[in-house]
Amino acid sequence: MALHANQLKAGDTHEEQLVDNLTRTQIVQYAGASGDYNPLHTDDAYTMKIAGYPSVFAHGMLTMGMTGKMLTNYVGDGRLVKYGVRFTSQVWPGDTLVAKATVENVREEDGQHFVDLTVSTTNQDGTVVVSGSATARIDP
Amino acid sequence: MAGYKFPVEASHIMMFARAVGDPNRIYHDADYAKETEPGGIIAPPTFPRACAQFDPDYPLRPRIGQRWFGSGKEPSGLAEGEDPPSSGMLHAEQHFEYHRQVRPGDTLTVTNRPGKTWEKEGRRSGKLRFTESIDEYRDQNGELVITARSVGVQTERPVEQK
Repeated sequence: MALHANQLKAGDTHEEQLVDNLTRTQIVQYAGASGDYNPLHTDDAYTMKIAGYPSVFAHGMLTMGMTGKMLTNYVGDGRLVKYGVRFTSQVWPGDTLVAKATVENVREEDGQHFVDLTVSTTNQDGTVVVSGSATARIDP
Repeated sequence: MAGYKFPVEASHIMMFARAVGDPNRIYHDADYAKETEPGGIIAPPTFPRACAQFDPDYPLRPRIGQRWFGSGKEPSGLAEGEDPPSSGMLHAEQHFEYHRQVRPGDTLTVTNRPGKTWEKEGRRSGKLRFTESIDEYRDQNGELVITARSVGVQTERPVEQK
């Protein structure tokens, strides 16, 4: 299932829908699993009346985690060596997200092949919510 | 070495994978995982941040018997003028370097050190103050497993919505 250096070239892409109509319950699930219980993500009364946002919003790490699913589906399990993102816009309940990886570079270092990817996740309005990069080990 | 222990458990990995909506069997099915290249259950790429569960000083977890800044009878359990532990702080960046895969049965020791700080004028939320923090995760043999760098941003006011 691993990617092969001789079958990859700069500009290749892989795209997946991460979630259709994100629920508050999934955000609660993420709070429980991750241990990040910030009420901004699960508590509308606090978030709207005290923090001044229109509703709760997803943990950035939930979007990064969902985007990671697209990456591991593409490069294979246990193949990532680097994965980093910037959180560029908030993700709200009801959002539908699509993530895309684009091949930037295929290279060899000490006999091991790697692919460098740029990563971008957008919402239903085309706004980028997560933008970053990743590197994975690939086969020759 | 300072830091705190993060015991990695299979059920925690399963719940984390469910929460990020990843049905991949390598995160919960040991028989399936045995036949894959990693040869056993591994943790999803962003799982290391679930170390928050084990960080004794993590500020975004309610403490038994203490007031919490989220809502109960009132929209916040804190008194007027009392700042929540994360007042205006948002997550701006997160970066992981994987030196090897995290597996159930690992006992990671997490140590944290502060990184750089910088400021920037934001269009939608006033002055932004960025703070970098580096976490190193070492295993039971002292080997480095994960290096993580996170950047938090303190906003002057809530991010304006378009």
